[in-house]
Amino acid sequence: MNHDVALNELAAVHGAMAEFNTPEEILAAAERAYAAGYRQMDAYTPFAVEGLAETIGFKKNYVALAVLIGGICGVTGGYSLLYWITVIAYPHNVGARPLHSWPSYIPITFECMILLSALTALVSMLAMNGLPKPYHPVFNVPEFDRASKDKFFLCIESSDPKFRTEEALEFLREVGGSEVMLVPA
Amino acid sequence: MPTENPEEKLLATNVQVIDPGPASVLAPGHTYDSVTDKIAGTVFLKWKNTPKGWIIGALISFAIVNVLLYAVSVLFLKGVGIWGINIPIGWGFAIINFVWWIGIGHAGTLISAILFLLKQDWRTSINRFAEAMTLFAVACAAMFPILHLGRPWLFYWLMPYPSSMWLWPQPRSPLEWDVFAVSTYGTVSLVFWYVGLIPDLATMRDSAPKLWMQRMYGVLALGWRGSIKHWHRYNKAYLLLAGLSTPLVLSVHTIVSFDFAISVIPGWHTTIFPPYFVAGAIYSGFAMVLTLIIPLRSWYKMQDIITMRHIEASAKVMLGTGLIVAYGYTQEAFFAWYSGDPYESFMYWNRMTGPYGFTYLLLILCNIAIPQALWSGKVRRNVPLVWCISIVVNIGMWLERFVIVVVSLTRDFLPSQWGTYIPTGWDIATYVGTLGFFVMCMFLFVRLLPAISIFEEREVVHHGGHGHVEPAYEP
Repeated sequence: MNHDVALNELAAVHGAMAEFNTPEEILAAAERAYAAGYRQMDAYTPFAVEGLAETIGFKKNYVALAVLIGGICGVTGGYSLLYWITVIAYPHNVGARPLHSWPSYIPITFECMILLSALTALVSMLAMNGLPKPYHPVFNVPEFDRASKDKFFLCIESSDPKFRTEEALEFLREVGGSEVMLVPA
Repeated sequence: MPTENPEEKLLATNVQVIDPGPASVLAPGHTYDSVTDKIAGTVFLKWKNTPKGWIIGALISFAIVNVLLYAVSVLFLKGVGIWGINIPIGWGFAIINFVWWIGIGHAGTLISAILFLLKQDWRTSINRFAEAMTLFAVACAAMFPILHLGRPWLFYWLMPYPSSMWLWPQPRSPLEWDVFAVSTYGTVSLVFWYVGLIPDLATMRDSAPKLWMQRMYGVLALGWRGSIKHWHRYNKAYLLLAGLSTPLVLSVHTIVSFDFAISVIPGWHTTIFPPYFVAGAIYSGFAMVLTLIIPLRSWYKMQDIITMRHIEASAKVMLGTGLIVAYGYTQEAFFAWYSGDPYESFMYWNRMTGPYGFTYLLLILCNIAIPQALWSGKVRRNVPLVWCISIVVNIGMWLERFVIVVVSLTRDFLPSQWGTYIPTGWDIATYVGTLGFFVMCMFLFVRLLPAISIFEEREVVHHGGHGHVEPAYEP
């Protein structure tokens, strides 16, 4: 197995991966992996397993912040647009109402806020996830098809400073992976 | 890289197609695997195995789409004079249908967003389907104001853009609010629907039996691999989209009702319109969900996933929103009398006893009287009867818009402004044509994409504790 170690040194493996049958099993395994000091890990599951992201040390995401910024841009942008149209670009006296008639700006400003926030939610979620990404090393594993179906995968990545191919594979076997495999880069 | 053929697996699914009744959202015996195979299997079904109801329905609706294309072509050639509209009744079928279709779309957003925030378990099997319904209903709705423009090819004048004429739309007008509300609603509904589809498109990619299908779903799935870090952001984005869609759906029909309420026409100028329009929208939307889902669940043998629980819960929402609508009618009548305004009270009297009085009576029959049958549990659990009531409600809600739009316009303040409206064949052809368009889109949707959210069904399996239980029986 020196061969594998050599590959590891050349970063030709993406990581070591184990397959689990239930969310409970992968949660327990992820907990032990984190306790064993592994930090560069990822789990692949057919639905969002509650608490698993936190278990592998992923605690915070910035989608909400991005959406807040998007919403604020929507409000200011929408309101400024209406102000600009009705006061600067095309001042039009309707029944002696003031040009800056803010109550009638509310509906469009509100819709602009929703539109920008929703588009930001989509774009920021995809961008922070690095999607679209047609190729990823985990797709090289034949069993990985089932990650979108009924199996749960835990992958310790070779970029982890503690990662040694043999040790990682042995560790994953120990924590109860029903199948353990190497992910080629 | 599928090793087994999902369509054969569909027919050989170990789980019996039984409706578990009003207590459960999923039949017993389902596993992560079996819900995936079952839902993906309906898409990967070979053409020769496609349910007959689908083929006949799709052909009929396609024929009706051609009626729409013909009616619209004639409209483009000759102008809106081919419709029954006139002065003073400038808003005929086009605006009735616009309001009706937008309303139908609202149930989709309600199911996917509001019931998601309220953590209703029965939302999961029908949310994807209802969201698709929203999209197509909004597409139908958006056609009408544009066709009604007279010069529809200039529709982009509605958007604020720096034109060479240096003219800008009037943002103080509810009609301009509508442009923003409906285009935002269409866009956000599309985003919400697509975000919900991404994990399932990855499932479709991974279990597609043919390479071209893998590629097609693969491109749409954007390389989704189910990483838990991705799920973390995904759930946050989905929750926020649900939170954004909730006020959006309320604002859209509120703004649609402002088209009427901001004006001074008797029968339109009333503050009850926004809430009562929103309730009516949800009412008709749930009716449409039931109209569509009842035949489809039987054609595709989906009674184990779309159970009596879903039908009964939808029927209850229909009953509840129907009562809000009934309250709206009562308040309208009360204030027509209590205001002491002769124009208002005449308007209501004319609405009930005038030349279009029969539409008001039919409206009360369809929207208020008949749906009261849903108080009975026996009726709610009688699927054909619920289907019939849902059709009645759809008709009733259409009549409501007819009464509001047309009858109010026929009797304005001055008798010299009174008029009569009779729809022409082109009005009817355009309306029926959009029905065909809507139904055809729904048929294509259930054929090409997973009509039920697979990953959320897996969560249902997980929470139901069926996740790692073997199927109920082995063949």
